[in-house]
Amino acid sequence: MSNIVISQIKRDHLMNLLAEGRREDGRQLDEVRKITVETGVIESAEGSAKVSLGNTTVMAGIKVIPGTPYMDAPGDGVLTTGAELIPLAHESFEPGPPSESAIELARVVDRGIRESGMIDVKKLCIKEGEEIWMVFIDIYALDYDGNLFDACNLAAVCALKTAIVPWKNYGKGEENLPMPVTCLPISVTECKIGNDLIVDPNFDEEAISAARLTVTTDDDGNFRAMQKGGRGSITRSDLSLCLDRAVEIGKQIRKIIG
Amino acid sequence: MSGHTDMVLVDENGIRIDGRRVDEKRPIKIEAGVLKNASGSCYLEIGKNKVLCAVYGPRECRPRHLQDPTKAVIQVKYNMEAYSVTDRKRPGTDRRSVEISKLIAEALECVVQTELYPRASIDVYIEILQANAGTRCAGLTAASVALADAGIPMRDIVPAIACGKADGNVLLDLNKEEDNYGQADVPIAIVPSTDEIVLLQMDGNMTREELDHGLDMAIAAAHEVYEIQRDALKRRYASISKKEGESDE
Repeated sequence: MSNIVISQIKRDHLMNLLAEGRREDGRQLDEVRKITVETGVIESAEGSAKVSLGNTTVMAGIKVIPGTPYMDAPGDGVLTTGAELIPLAHESFEPGPPSESAIELARVVDRGIRESGMIDVKKLCIKEGEEIWMVFIDIYALDYDGNLFDACNLAAVCALKTAIVPWKNYGKGEENLPMPVTCLPISVTECKIGNDLIVDPNFDEEAISAARLTVTTDDDGNFRAMQKGGRGSITRSDLSLCLDRAVEIGKQIRKIIG
Repeated sequence: MSGHTDMVLVDENGIRIDGRRVDEKRPIKIEAGVLKNASGSCYLEIGKNKVLCAVYGPRECRPRHLQDPTKAVIQVKYNMEAYSVTDRKRPGTDRRSVEISKLIAEALECVVQTELYPRASIDVYIEILQANAGTRCAGLTAASVALADAGIPMRDIVPAIACGKADGNVLLDLNKEEDNYGQADVPIAIVPSTDEIVLLQMDGNMTREELDHGLDMAIAAAHEVYEIQRDALKRRYASISKKEGESDE
């Protein structure tokens, strides 16, 4: 993603609009693009979701398989999150092992889910010390128009929310059970362009921005994960605004995805 | 953050297991110019963390496709040595170190005047010799000193420190036990002359009030770290000018 070049005329255009408090697609500075969620789209997965955030589309699939627990948590299920920026999704994505950006993306999504306690890992125990359920969250970018962080967070959350734990399929129980979900962690990402902070940046906005901040909240509006990225800096008051918006917008998004 | 313990991390008098108060950072020792080959270097200890950092460059950027015709690129390699943790760490790059390297590089790009060296690379190698929570902050703090020691023009140097939460208390500069069994960890790095935030992460569970209080403590403490960084650089320059004085005689 490092080789993205944006023309000076485009940059000037976007900056001039922002100076009037406007964005190219007519959104408010704190307005999220249209969210569409389709769940259960992949039958071979225990849970799946295809999520669009404007023109950004990602797919998340959940695989749940029996495995051995970690020694320091003998009764806890295990979560693993991966993300891939495949060349199908954008001309700047290259084939090969996950890039730095893909690793950061997966780890930020993972942190939101893990630290919020979204999944009750105690309920993913088959036999303490011997066998637990391993939950693999794999996310693929399909069409990239900015803000993969929030699109991937939403896709992972929606896929987990509708996933099953295949107790029966593996002969470990009488019936398959729903994934033990306790809350919905929602991330809100903003970019800093000049002195403005804009929510849910699209590709062009992301390309001209200096800094990025992702804030993940839980159902109670408490903060569960944050990540600053980009070569620029943010001020304490920028951070304060981002925190306020993350709580407010998190609430709105929870309503949409139910 | 996910572990469980019966250990009391903060007692009823607000004293932590290593004897610190909630708003007290661990002792810090910084020494600049500790390696012969590197353009600049730094050795740093904070509590039980031991970190060594070397800077090479500005030099020709390799691989060449990473070259930027408008500025230098900063390439950071954060590496935990195999014996730095209780269980042996498998040598080589893992996902965690890739992420940390990226964030440290981005934080440094905020202050290094990379536009002075088009097409060049400034390579920063951070080796964690011993880890006890807070190694990314220790690594970034050391890297800033090593860059200054290398004589690379910067707007400022970057101090980093974490705040967090354990046993329901907001704490400054978590140690390993507090990091493992606590409820939140928030590493932060700032530009002291402007208080801009150049690195910020968080995981755990904090209310807005707790987070604001933690950030206040961490930013104040970062200014203290900055003074220790400056002192290390002053001592380095004093020793260089003394040596030069001797060789003149």
